[in-house]
Amino acid sequence: MTTSAGRRTPPGAAVLALVLVLLGALPASAQQPSRPVDDRQVHEVAADLRCVVCQNLSVADSPSEMATQMRAIVRERLAAGETPAQVRQYFVERYGDWILLSPPRQGFTLVVWVAPLVAVLVGMGLVALLLRRWTRERRPPPPPVDAAMSERIRRELEREP
Amino acid sequence: MTRWWRWLLPLAAVPVLALLAYGFRLDPRDIPSPLVGRPAAPFTLTSFDGAPVTLEALRGKVVVLNFWASWCYPACYEEAPVLEQGWRAYRDRGVVVLGVDIQDKEEAGRKFIRDFGLTFPNAPDPTGRVSVDYGVYGVPETFFIDRQGRIRVKHVSAVTEPVFRETVETLLAEPAPGG
Repeated sequence: MTTSAGRRTPPGAAVLALVLVLLGALPASAQQPSRPVDDRQVHEVAADLRCVVCQNLSVADSPSEMATQMRAIVRERLAAGETPAQVRQYFVERYGDWILLSPPRQGFTLVVWVAPLVAVLVGMGLVALLLRRWTRERRPPPPPVDAAMSERIRRELEREP
Repeated sequence: MTRWWRWLLPLAAVPVLALLAYGFRLDPRDIPSPLVGRPAAPFTLTSFDGAPVTLEALRGKVVVLNFWASWCYPACYEEAPVLEQGWRAYRDRGVVVLGVDIQDKEEAGRKFIRDFGLTFPNAPDPTGRVSVDYGVYGVPETFFIDRQGRIRVKHVSAVTEPVFRETVETLLAEPAPGG
């Protein structure tokens, strides 16, 4: 483009050229992960981790600086090709099982998963047992009143003032 | 028929009471670190003075690695003079005090160092990598690393003079690696 029209490039074309240059430069300037990681994946792992500076908040939900840094670490490790389980393990090795919002379903912490179920089953069994007992042990019906007795009651009632 | 079920309710309460008796005696803030006894994670940070701070370079020395922040009042303010005193008293005996300023503004961190006249190396950890590598969940936390590079003690809350002295003396009394 050596014409005068080419030198006086319309603004639209200039913007387009700029956008194209920026788009081309983008992958080079951004941190190059070896594997693309979407936000959902990061969120999934972060949601399992306890935010260490919060009360009952996950790393995914906390706005704290520490949680932000931890999310960055999760993203970085996923990008490096680690599986979500490996990333979780990285944190467990440093913070212990405490870092997991759900205690692992093995070893001692299995108790917290099984105990409520056992309690509900035992409770239901107990209720069933008691219900059966209560409904069976009904009082026997009172013996029928014989004719002589009802006659006597009637007479005594009439005698009342 | 036996009335065994009458005993069921009181009996069911026994394990629950036992669990509660055990649980209420624990300190919920005392979270044991799985890192104690394990090799300290290597790291390289840049100190506030611009010098590189590398743990690897300190192998063979007893390292007191302290995580702090300028907003951590009063615990970090209480321990800063203790750490400075400890550094001055023990630096000639092969002890290094290292400060890592976490979750902080750089200027506030510099002011803290100035205010307390800290002379031991201090570095910010802007990405939080080092704090997470050490399983830090709050400030102050201090790791005592032996001459073989293993984490031996994790101290949560302000380091006091007796804690510093006794821990460092214990680690100094151990034979140096390879010697």
